[in-house]
Amino acid sequence: MKLNLTVNGESVAVDVEADTPLLWVLRDNLHLNGTKYSCGAGICGACMVHIDGELSVSRQIPVSSLAGKAITTIEGVVKNPHPVIDAFIAEQVTQCGYCQPGMIMSIISLLRKNPEPSDADIDQALARNLCRCGAYQRVRRAVHAAVMVLEGNALLTGDC
Amino acid sequence: MLTYKISRRDFIKTSLGAGTAFAISFTLPGCNLQPADPGTRIANDVFKPNAWIRIAMDNSITVVVPESEMGQGVLTSLPMLVAEELDADWQLVGYEQAPLDPAFGIQSTGGSTSIRHAWKNARQASAAARKMLVTAAAQQWKVSESECRTQNSTVIHIQSGKQLKYGELVHAAAALPLPESVTLKQPGEFRIIGKPVARLDAAIKVKGEALFGLDVVLPGMLIATIAHCPVFGGKLARYDDAITKNLPGVKHVLVIDSGAVVIATHYWAAKQGLDALDIEWALGDNGKINNHSISAQLENSLNGPAEIIDERGDSSAMKNSGRRHIEASYEVPFQAHATMEPMNCTADVRENKCEIWAPTQSPSEAQKTAAELLPGLAMENILVHTTFLGGGFGRRLNQDFVAEAVQISRAVKTPVKLIWPRSEDMQHDHYRPVTRHRLIAAIDPARASVAWHHRIAGSVKQRSAGGAEAVAYAFDYRLIDFVDTPTHVPTGAWRSVGHSQNAFVIESFIDELAYAMQQDPYRFRLGLLKDKPRHKAVLQLAAEKAGWGNPLPDGRFRGIALHASFDSYVAQVADVSINKDQSVRVHRVVCAIDCGIVINPDTVAAQMESGIVFGLTATLKGKIDINAGAVAQSNFHDFPLLTIGEMPDVETYIVPSTGSPGGVGEPGVPPIAPAVANAVFAATGKRVRTLPINWTV
Repeated sequence: MKLNLTVNGESVAVDVEADTPLLWVLRDNLHLNGTKYSCGAGICGACMVHIDGELSVSRQIPVSSLAGKAITTIEGVVKNPHPVIDAFIAEQVTQCGYCQPGMIMSIISLLRKNPEPSDADIDQALARNLCRCGAYQRVRRAVHAAVMVLEGNALLTGDC
Repeated sequence: MLTYKISRRDFIKTSLGAGTAFAISFTLPGCNLQPADPGTRIANDVFKPNAWIRIAMDNSITVVVPESEMGQGVLTSLPMLVAEELDADWQLVGYEQAPLDPAFGIQSTGGSTSIRHAWKNARQASAAARKMLVTAAAQQWKVSESECRTQNSTVIHIQSGKQLKYGELVHAAAALPLPESVTLKQPGEFRIIGKPVARLDAAIKVKGEALFGLDVVLPGMLIATIAHCPVFGGKLARYDDAITKNLPGVKHVLVIDSGAVVIATHYWAAKQGLDALDIEWALGDNGKINNHSISAQLENSLNGPAEIIDERGDSSAMKNSGRRHIEASYEVPFQAHATMEPMNCTADVRENKCEIWAPTQSPSEAQKTAAELLPGLAMENILVHTTFLGGGFGRRLNQDFVAEAVQISRAVKTPVKLIWPRSEDMQHDHYRPVTRHRLIAAIDPARASVAWHHRIAGSVKQRSAGGAEAVAYAFDYRLIDFVDTPTHVPTGAWRSVGHSQNAFVIESFIDELAYAMQQDPYRFRLGLLKDKPRHKAVLQLAAEKAGWGNPLPDGRFRGIALHASFDSYVAQVADVSINKDQSVRVHRVVCAIDCGIVINPDTVAAQMESGIVFGLTATLKGKIDINAGAVAQSNFHDFPLLTIGEMPDVETYIVPSTGSPGGVGEPGVPPIAPAVANAVFAATGKRVRTLPINWTV
């Protein structure tokens, strides 16, 4: 089927089977490869994106359900500087790096709902983001570091 | 959209437009300083791929790294070695992932060797380059070289203060003969080595811009996926593709040696096609094998005959009836690598050329694998591009996925990206072998001496028994022997290889002996360490930092373990409690390591955290079971990984050392299972003799 999607603020036309998961449309049709395939079952979090601002497992969403919805991938996030990206670099979270775009999408979603998460909140929000390299300790540190920056920004702009 | 070499793109960004560069090459491993051909040391825009260090006229320095980057940080640590001896301005240093090139020798990354192989040669080549730059400046100034020094990519004439940037010297330096000898810096002179340096590949990975194997896109490329016979050794009997071949997007259905392949325009179409394929497998006799039968086979094996791996001391000590004899059996299961990026490879096989893009730990082996399949092609016409690896852990030393991609592209005469579904990745790994161990100790309490017999039954000696001989305690007799017990399950190197299961067994049994002798497990170990200062130092440091002997909060218990592997010495203390559901919670792990001279302390800490998490998953969570000849697990729901909520606080302490660098990718793994299991014994009085821990049975 022919579909118009809104991905990272741009309108794109695709011609795909209706049941194709968003993950594979992003990767194979749009070549937005920052969203990763890993488990293919919605367990590991590598394919997290935002749909209308909500955290979503792109492997589990048929593309036919997405007309008129705003899809944001890691490529959309990095169009502008982002404190979570900066914090991941500053805290040296990265090892193999494969799980990181998915983690970042989960963390951005968490911080929108809970601007000052505790370690327990972070653990709960990232329970579905697996990292085989074991960078978890640094992920927690990076989230707290990003919170500090976001709070600083909020103070500067008066947007509390 | 051809974006297959992110590192090259980075490189072009930093140094294109500079016009010229000065290049010097060296090879690894080995000891010879191998210069680039003087005629090719300078070239307009065209850089010889066998050049390791490139200095461009814009002062940028590119280090070409032949090792695969799978998380261990070699794309940063190797440039650090180069920058140190070059006296380079670190801000101007970048990396490029090397293509496969004979100039580098064998390109294979495993055994925690990234730094150990490069330590001498990378620094020698860099020191030679620095010397040539100094000579070039001294000649221009008509002064003696001894009047010059280098700093921040600049040659400085000390007396006059005159300066020349390296970029200004590339033509003159390239025309010089190589120095006959170089003097390397002493550790006291290091300015970059030993400092926590930020990874050069962090930003592109965090932003999703790093090119993993799965991200390779070629013009006209098709996508393939594969089903292997669930039972190892089985074959495809027949298949019906009536439904599959009529599905939209499906282009070909193919049978290759290892399984049934569906090739389509997109992965989803290929996967739908594979699921619709009606396949009948001929399972063969292996279909009767299961965990229980393998266990029985291993137990039978333990009765010998065995191959002696290490025997020292007087064997009569073992039979001495005056001694106290203690015996125990352990069994450690199959383990999967379960890299986050599933196996994949892109191949483009043409009549006269084969090009491969793969997340491989061994581009050399990938080339060899392709050459065997393509006997008509000369080696130089088989090109291998190493992408980033979404985890390796030993899995990607095997090139089965490369062989498949080459066969598929050859058959359909099109570039093909092969992607294994997760279930295939989980069920067709090269697993850490299951091993069974029998330990017998004969202890003389009066003399505090121990005789030790450790017999191992398993498949492939190095993978099953490796690390058993690393037991560091001063026994008055030791016998370590092995009974080769092949199964039909393919095995491979699993992060730390034999050390993982043997450290668990050795350090658990030593703990048993300590308790049997009513001694503190830490002090018992210390008492058995004779002439082992590096073992002793990490054990003492871990105990001290963990507060060994100090009271813990109610319900918390400690365990300790020590193991040396890959030229590094690691001790860990785990602090655990038992959850209401009887599962084990690890709260804190104190890790002490002596890995010789440290290149990047932050990488050492990251690798200790990483090894501990990898080991904890095998200690607390997952294993591979064989049921009716096949792997029972298929995804992360039944092979669960440690989650962030289960992550203990890990503290890493590094023992200062001037020894040659040891490995760090693997040595953090072996001590964690016994440290936790020993803590569980302290908590419950139940000795854990199999993994993952289920102390209630």
